[in-house]
Amino acid sequence: MTKSSSRFGAFGGRFVPETLMNAVLELEQGFESILNDPTFEKEMRDLLVNYSGRPTPLTFAKRLTEFAGGAEIYLKREDLNHTGAHKINNTIGQALLAKKMGKRKLIAETGAGQHGVASATIAALLGMECKVYMGEEDVRRQAQNVFRMELLGAEVVPVTSGSRTLKDATNEAMRAWVAAVEDSFYLIGSAVGPHPYPQMVKYFQRVIGDEARAQMIEQTGSLPTDVVACVGGGSNAIGMFTAFVEDSAVKIHGVEAAGKGLDTNEHAASLSLGRPGVLHGSFSYILHDENGQIIPAHSISAGLDYPGVGPEHAHLKEIGRVRYTAVTDEQAMEAVKLLCRLEGIIPAIESAHALSEAVRLASQGSVAEKILVCLSGRGDKDMGTIREYFQGESE
Amino acid sequence: MSRLANAFQTNQTNLIPYLVAGYPSVEATIDLIHLLAEEGVTAIELGVPFSDPVADGPIIQLAAEKALSNGITLSDVFAIAQTVRDQGNTIPLILFSYYNPLLSYGLEKVAIDAEKAGFSGFIVPDLPYEESDLLRTQLEQVSLDLIPLVAPTSEERVAKIAATAKGFVYCVSSLGTTGVRQSFASNLDSFLQQVRSSSRVPIAVGFGVSTASQVQELRTKADGVIVGSALVKQVTEMEQALCKEDEKQVALNTIRGFVKKLLS
Ligand SMILES: Cc1ncc(COP(=O)(O)O)c(C=O)c1O
Repeated sequence: MTKSSSRFGAFGGRFVPETLMNAVLELEQGFESILNDPTFEKEMRDLLVNYSGRPTPLTFAKRLTEFAGGAEIYLKREDLNHTGAHKINNTIGQALLAKKMGKRKLIAETGAGQHGVASATIAALLGMECKVYMGEEDVRRQAQNVFRMELLGAEVVPVTSGSRTLKDATNEAMRAWVAAVEDSFYLIGSAVGPHPYPQMVKYFQRVIGDEARAQMIEQTGSLPTDVVACVGGGSNAIGMFTAFVEDSAVKIHGVEAAGKGLDTNEHAASLSLGRPGVLHGSFSYILHDENGQIIPAHSISAGLDYPGVGPEHAHLKEIGRVRYTAVTDEQAMEAVKLLCRLEGIIPAIESAHALSEAVRLASQGSVAEKILVCLSGRGDKDMGTIREYFQGESE
Repeated sequence: MSRLANAFQTNQTNLIPYLVAGYPSVEATIDLIHLLAEEGVTAIELGVPFSDPVADGPIIQLAAEKALSNGITLSDVFAIAQTVRDQGNTIPLILFSYYNPLLSYGLEKVAIDAEKAGFSGFIVPDLPYEESDLLRTQLEQVSLDLIPLVAPTSEERVAKIAATAKGFVYCVSSLGTTGVRQSFASNLDSFLQQVRSSSRVPIAVGFGVSTASQVQELRTKADGVIVGSALVKQVTEMEQALCKEDEKQVALNTIRGFVKKLLS
């Protein structure tokens, strides 16, 4: 076990109760054991290809490019994965690891339900038990996804503590893990949490960027000028960015949710407006008040509605390798509409945050430039929110 | 000798109760500290309310939420300690806080202010041994103890954790969160023996201790028994009365009865 690998610069670490330390260390060993294991790699590849449908395509967004009137826009189509988002990449990896470690029960947290659905899906496939912790508020808002998880055989546990949203569901999942640490595996949904989770989630998500980088070279003959991804906990972003971090000419942009605006109290922009602190086991940028109490986040997209961010993003911000910016609810919804009308693709509202920034960058860029966007998911899950939003707008 | 170590030597009750600071009010917390000191407890843990208490069960979670909605901050917790000291109470006080409120306050400043307010040590439930150097260094500057936790699952970690322990070693009696429980980890006895053999400071046991008979039993196995949720539950039941001048005394008497039973 290498102590240095638990940190990304000053960020990361392992701030969990002693009752979880052995589980976290056992997980670290399990993770390290698969890093050079061709059998594991083969099993994972098989599911990524034959179950989830990888590699996902790279689509040149011709009409969106014309609309922006500048740089070319390319979409990495994570929306075409089984269950509709990049989340499945991570759940396939972690569930296979759980199986290898002899754990038959999966514990997961979920906000909107996207990670919960991906966890329930893989649990069904591998014949494992699955309990998904979900804030009561989200259970109410996302009844459709609750039904989906239950249909897939998972148990959804409503969480009634705190703000009754994703951060509280994560607390409760960690508590449940402590109580059942012997036979349970905590399948975390983003690049957050104590070491080794941020490293591990990156490892399972980096397939996004690895594929996209090769596809850009193959289809266009060169690397993109810019890479853009939305940042909730930061898993699709770190999965996309990792392949490009060493390409110093490539500009990288992470897009957080500015909610109702960065000048309001209703946003989820931990990197843009938060300050370093400890939440859910790691030291990173978080939203908290001057007393260190966590402030609930706001975003129209449930997947970005989280007051923390993975520690590697904090590091990439600190060293200036990635530029982090934020897009409002309104701008994201505008981008949803654009992609629907111009490309015939209904994006997840999370992904629309990245799209909005990509269109802005493209409109300022030259035709010789190429912008690669991670389209992290599709918008099927967001029909209710999108409809409500545009109805409200037209009234 | 630190105030805490001294308390273990001179006090025979071996009881360490836990209160959520500022719950149901600052005044009630002060009343409860005096009450517990009068009953002769060994030390008192004062819990700093936190928005995301991952190690706590529903009873303490709810109490902390209410304290937060009353606007309780770390400074208020220091003021509570200062007040009981000013009133002549010398009971050892332990600050129980999650790490983020301490980080936000500043580790150097928090150590200095805690010492000034009369605290003897810190318990930080989400700060495992590997991450504890920064805080330990600051606490050592002001001679405060960083009290570590060990769990039945700590196994080979017990030795190194116990070796650096100051004040006492907090032995977690059951997996899961704080809360009222019927039973403890099945390997509790051998676990406590293991901790005892690697520790130069007293050992105390807690998490889920709720009845007089459990306290009796655990007292024979450890130097201290920590009672949290069971006591906070009593406070919750008296929540309204504790904040009313004319009902307060009856409520305090009820809680005193509970404490006496634990000590019987
Ligand atoms: C489609 C989609 N994109 C992005 C996210 C944000 O998560 P992350 O930042 O971990 O990629 C989510 C989370 O639910 C999601 O469903």
